[in-house]
Amino acid sequence: MKRFFHNKNFTVGFVLSLVVVIAAAVSLLWTPYDANRMNARDRLQGPSWQHPLGTDQYGRDTLSRVMTGSVNSIIVGLVTVAIGLTLGVGLGLISAYFGRLADEAIMRFADLLFGFPAVLTAILITSILGPSMVNAMLAIGIFYIPVFARLTRAVAMVVWEREFIAAARACGISELGITWRHVLPNILSPLLIQGTIQFAVAILAEAGLSYLGLGTQPPHASWGRMLNEAQTFMDTNPWMAIFPGLAIAWSVLGFNLLGDGLRDTLDPKMVRVR
Amino acid sequence: MTACLLSIEELSVGFHTPEGTARAVDRVSFSLDKGETLGVVGESGCGKSVTSLSILGLIPSPPGTIESGCIRFEGRNLLELDPEALRRLRGREISMIFQEPMTSLNPVIAIGRQVAEPLMVHHGLSRSAALAQAGEWLDRVKIPAARRRLEDYPHQLSGGMRQRVMIAMAMVCRPKLLIADEPTTALDVSIQAQILSLMLDLKNEMGMSLLLITHNLGVVAQTAARVVVMYAGQVVEEASVVDLFDRPFHPYTQGLLRSMPQLGARRSGGGKRLKEIPGIVPAITETIAGCRFAPRCRHAFDHCRAKAPDLFSVGVGQRARCWLKHFPERRRSDA
Repeated sequence: MKRFFHNKNFTVGFVLSLVVVIAAAVSLLWTPYDANRMNARDRLQGPSWQHPLGTDQYGRDTLSRVMTGSVNSIIVGLVTVAIGLTLGVGLGLISAYFGRLADEAIMRFADLLFGFPAVLTAILITSILGPSMVNAMLAIGIFYIPVFARLTRAVAMVVWEREFIAAARACGISELGITWRHVLPNILSPLLIQGTIQFAVAILAEAGLSYLGLGTQPPHASWGRMLNEAQTFMDTNPWMAIFPGLAIAWSVLGFNLLGDGLRDTLDPKMVRVR
Repeated sequence: MTACLLSIEELSVGFHTPEGTARAVDRVSFSLDKGETLGVVGESGCGKSVTSLSILGLIPSPPGTIESGCIRFEGRNLLELDPEALRRLRGREISMIFQEPMTSLNPVIAIGRQVAEPLMVHHGLSRSAALAQAGEWLDRVKIPAARRRLEDYPHQLSGGMRQRVMIAMAMVCRPKLLIADEPTTALDVSIQAQILSLMLDLKNEMGMSLLLITHNLGVVAQTAARVVVMYAGQVVEEASVVDLFDRPFHPYTQGLLRSMPQLGARRSGGGKRLKEIPGIVPAITETIAGCRFAPRCRHAFDHCRAKAPDLFSVGVGQRARCWLKHFPERRRSDA
């Protein structure tokens, strides 16, 4: 554990991400104000002692909304990475093991998904399925499948060539057992690294979709949504945009640095895939 | 009379490459009795490892295919078994130890679990029961403080210790046959002897047979009762260890023996240099009409280059693939 903190990226990323996670955890139990309660008297305020990050056009407390929004962002990050990992790793392992036709089919499918501009397709998916947080997560998660499939295939193929696989076969361990107990543990660290980075990307993507009104729906707090609402009041109260924007930048930077730091520490030899 | 455990008959294995089919193993036959130790000797690329991998059904296919022959283990032809039956045989009845202890263990799994895994797979033991047995086995292969080592990872062990772990892994299910492919080659000389004697002790204790694949005649002399010498995919000589060292028949075997350093040779032999065998092993994609060793053989004559010799009986239990059996007058005296 100590060696991780020798890495500056990791340390900074860890601290930044930890703040986000703590804010989310705290907001589940307590926020300064009810994040959705309107208060017409305190509309469009700048930072003050009562409202450290100001209020929005309905007089809702921005700090409370940013805190609640972090839960939203973390859920999106977790769910999308989970979708990408389960399906992507599965497909990647199949691709690496069987090769030939299965490999061709899966990799061309991955190319196909990559071929679409991600944001446009996410917009397409959410407009077909209807705008909601669940559909936004689905749309982002689908784009993570090829990312993890390619990575898994690349690293798993290398592992299959290694000698301890032959030794495991010589011990009579089934191919499925080898995949599960010998190949998978050996590719965990690149997956963890990529997962952390994709987590950051998901936060950004969800903010983008919510900004466009295709993600989280009102009255639920979401950073992207808050940016959208702040747009109208940019002249009168720019604070409304600054704090959600900062929250997005902070957490994306945090998880990205965390991912970079993990990569530097876990695998100095790894060539970054995509 | 002891019963035959493994017999390989006329086994041929080919590898399809863009340059043509390479016959890595060409009509190889030999057999192994219960409790016997058989040494298979030859240079790199002579087909000894491919032979051992085909016993386990682990020839990568493609590009490899077993073209003909049969491998009988306790009367069953292993080449006719379905993959699942063959898998159940591996690690349970036939085990293998590989050359490189550094890379043959999974770097991210604790050694205890790696030793325990065959027990869980083949005997259906629970993890805790298997780990307990793994601890006993690590103790048996003389790893100090074995129980506390179960949680260690391979990088925490030295090469010799890792090879002990490999041996434990191969032996936990008490196989009837252990195939050791260059088990000591990657180790320090001082460790080699320890590992060999450990393997022999365990073999005798459990009454199993040992197929020892090596290029080191010294290792064979210490351990095996009978020796098969392979060259370019073929068996060129088979003899008991005593006969092989006392009366090697095939010029290749003689060459191997002469290229072996001997302690004290300088004093008794009048300071002779080691004799290497001239030339290199032919590429196995080449088709050679006559004897494959002819280009490097100092006794070779026209007949050798025209017609390939069979394995001729040249003594009690000794066979050699050499025309000198029928043309002894062609053998040149040692210069």
